[in-house]
Parts: sequence; C-alpha cells; structure tokens
Amino acid sequence: MADLDPEVILSHEYVPKHEILKDKDVEKLLEQYKIESKMQLPKILSSDPVVKAIKAKKGDVLKITRKSMTAGEAVYYRVVI
Amino acid sequence: MSPKRRECLKKGVKVAIMSKNVEKRVELIKEYEGKLPKKVIEDALKIAETTKMKDLKKTMERAVEEYQKNLIQPGEAAGIVAAQSIGEPGTQMTLRTFHFAGVAELAVPQGLPRFIEIVDARRDPSMPIMEIHLKEGIREDKGKVIEFANRIEEVKLSDIAKIEEDFTNKQVIVVFDMKKLDGIELSFDEAKKIVEKNARRKAKEVGDNYLIFEPGFSTLKSIRGFKDKLAEVRLRGVPGIRKAAVLQEPDGTGYYLQTEGTNLKGVLVLPEVDASRVFSNNIREIENVLGVEAARNAILIEAKKVLDGQGIKVNPRHLMLVADAMTYDGEVKAIGRQGLSGQKASVLARAAFEETVRHLHEAAMTGEVDYLKGVTENIIVGQPIPVGTGTVKLIMKLGED
Repeated sequence: MADLDPEVILSHEYVPKHEILKDKDVEKLLEQYKIESKMQLPKILSSDPVVKAIKAKKGDVLKITRKSMTAGEAVYYRVVI
Repeated sequence: MSPKRRECLKKGVKVAIMSKNVEKRVELIKEYEGKLPKKVIEDALKIAETTKMKDLKKTMERAVEEYQKNLIQPGEAAGIVAAQSIGEPGTQMTLRTFHFAGVAELAVPQGLPRFIEIVDARRDPSMPIMEIHLKEGIREDKGKVIEFANRIEEVKLSDIAKIEEDFTNKQVIVVFDMKKLDGIELSFDEAKKIVEKNARRKAKEVGDNYLIFEPGFSTLKSIRGFKDKLAEVRLRGVPGIRKAAVLQEPDGTGYYLQTEGTNLKGVLVLPEVDASRVFSNNIREIENVLGVEAARNAILIEAKKVLDGQGIKVNPRHLMLVADAMTYDGEVKAIGRQGLSGQKASVLARAAFEETVRHLHEAAMTGEVDYLKGVTENIIVGQPIPVGTGTVKLIMKLGED
C-alpha cells in the first residue's frame, strides 16, 4: 500500500510535535546535559513514518514536544539513525 | 494578603481583580518557563490576577524550590522503583477476563493477560480492536454511522455464498445466498465481476444465483486450493475489519465505531473518519503506521487503561519509564528475553538472566569484553554497584589543603 499522507500522520492525536534541531541548538543541548556525542541520545529510525513526513535526515536531532499527563508538556530528544 | 482580603476569600466572595500591573505579573510568571513544568506555569497564571506581586514572587520561588526537591536524584534506581511500583499492585490484579454486558460491546482481554501483551509488545494482540471516530456531520447521524460501519466491515465470499467442489467434473460451484447478497447491497452481476477478477478467469457457467468455475487443474489438492482461494475473496469492506459496532460518544456528541480486527492504514485513508482520532490497540501496528513516538503514547495509554480498568492506581511516571525504555532504540522492544534483557551490553548480565551457558559460550567465541558498567555484572564480581552513592567516582586527596 502507498504511504500515508504526511498530514494525516502528523495530525494524529498520538503523534507529538517533532522538530528538527538546528546545529547550534544541538551543541547547546549536548552542553546542557553534558553529553559527549549526540549518538548517546535516544534514537529514532530513519524509516520512521514521522521522520519521513518531516523529511529529517540521518544524524538530525529531533526535538519532540510531548503532551504529558504529569507535566503538561515534556520535551524529549531523539537522534535519527 | 490583607486580613480583609483573606476574609473575602474564605467567604467565597469574588476577590476584586487587581487589573493594575497584570501584565507585569504575567511577565514574572513567564520568566519561570523552563524552570518549572508547563502545568505549574499554567496554574500560576490562574492566580496572577488575584495575587499581589510580592506574594506571587514568593510563591514562584517556593514552587521552584519544591519542584527541585521532588526531582529524582542522580543515581536513583528508577527502574527498580518502577518495577516494584507496577509489580506490587499487579499481584492484586485478578486473572479474570470479564465480558461487558450488552450486545454491541466486544469481549476484550483485561487485567494481567492484556498487561503482559503490552509489555511483551506482541505482534498480534489476542483481540485487536480499533476505535474509529468520525468527522463532524457524520457522527451525529446514527443512520449514516451505521451505514459507514456496514461499509467497512469486511465481507468475504465464504460469508455470503456456499462454495463446493465437484471432483468428478473438476469444477468449483459458488452458490450465492441472495438474501445476504442483498444485505450488503451488491447485485449478482457486481459480485460475479469481483469474483471473476480475483479468480483470474471467467465463470464457465452462470446461473440465477450460482457460478461454476473450471479451474483447469486435475489434482484434488489444487481444486481444493482454488476453492479456498475463492472463499477468501473480499467483496466489500476494509481488509482485517471483521466486525464494527456503533457506540455512543461518552460526551454525547454523536456516535463512534469500535471494530474487531484492525487496519489502521486502511481506515486512516477513508474520507469519513477523523484521522486524528483513529486508535488501534495493536502497538506494533501503530509503530509501523504512525512512528515510535505514537507507539510510546499507545503503550502508556493502553497500560493505563488496563490498570484503571482493574481499579489499580499506579503513578503514571512509572509507566512512562517503561514506555521510554521500550522505545529507546527507535523501535518497540519487548521487556524480557527477546527484547531489553536479551540485548544488554554486558555478557555477565545476559548470562545471569537466562540461558547462561549459551551467552558465555558465544562471548568466549567472539572475544567479548565486559566493561562492568551495569548493576548485575558488579554484583557477580563483588564490587559496589553503580547505583545511588555507588555512582560517584571521586577520590579525595588527603593531606593537601
């Protein structure tokens, strides 16, 4: 079956907001959490439907803004592999 | 707060809103974004209009203090706490699988069996279910919703026709039940066309309500195979949707569907559905169609549903940890031998878990190195474990000022 329309995927209630992080923001993030390499971040596959929908490439760091039932909103990061 | 003001508040009298400098107070609260979670900021904004600047500042400072006090400490064994916090109430979970009363509802595995299914990330849940919410304009009209439900229910040829093989003449005879055919609003000619297309050959003989096919095979086995293939021909509906029940939305805005059998992709493309609210309980399917983050959400929501259904209260933070651990590598992994525990970096940890000899054997053959970074390995070799105070790697130089 053909791939779904990216709009449909991104508009789904279960799918949080994914953004591609700019290079300088990636550095800031690594500095903030004292991480040596971005490969230590949680991962997301390059074949992931959302990664395809937002056209992220391998090595990009995604900022994921989740709706959280405890904090209202929570930010998470994943690196595309 | 002045005593007069406090009095007013106690009596429930609406406190005069201090409209002066509201912007300033809101600004003050906004400064704390990043230091406090969004929910706390939102709560603070609610009291911005009725609180004095001085009090507000104190409140915010106190909130930050409390928030930081409640953050988890570095080195805390969060996973073990989570395991215990889910495990203890889990033992009280009854094993009964109960059925809902009424006709429309479906029998769903509940309690422990369903919880194990979620944590094991099974490819096919024992009862795949979808919840389909429809667009405005359709969901209010029960007739339209029922019509839609009928349309997506999968109907196979074997559901509405009798298929028999005639071995003497090497034929397969399809006899339609005309009443049932009428029920799915399909004419005999249309049905014939669909069947012929799928069988890849024209019917040899066409009657009022029957078709005769000559598969052209001579062995019994291939004729039986042809018959089985015909039985699976789909005349209507979305593949995988076996049954669709119409239910009332709990908020009274209309009706939604609950289906037996899932096909997230097939349903999401239909124009009638509200694509943002089509849910499946098959976590692997969600992962494939909507991505890991959606799967993480699904794990969390499904697990919470099971626990709530059994009246068990578990702090959602523990479930979040489980969901995060399961999706850490970008794909949904089970907890256990096939998943997380079986893929640990340390040989000793894997050997301690299951299949000791196999793991040690393989490690020896491939020359694996154990860096003794985890808990299990360090217990085995008798060192302090890297948890709590054991995490700290500091050497104090004595005798120097």
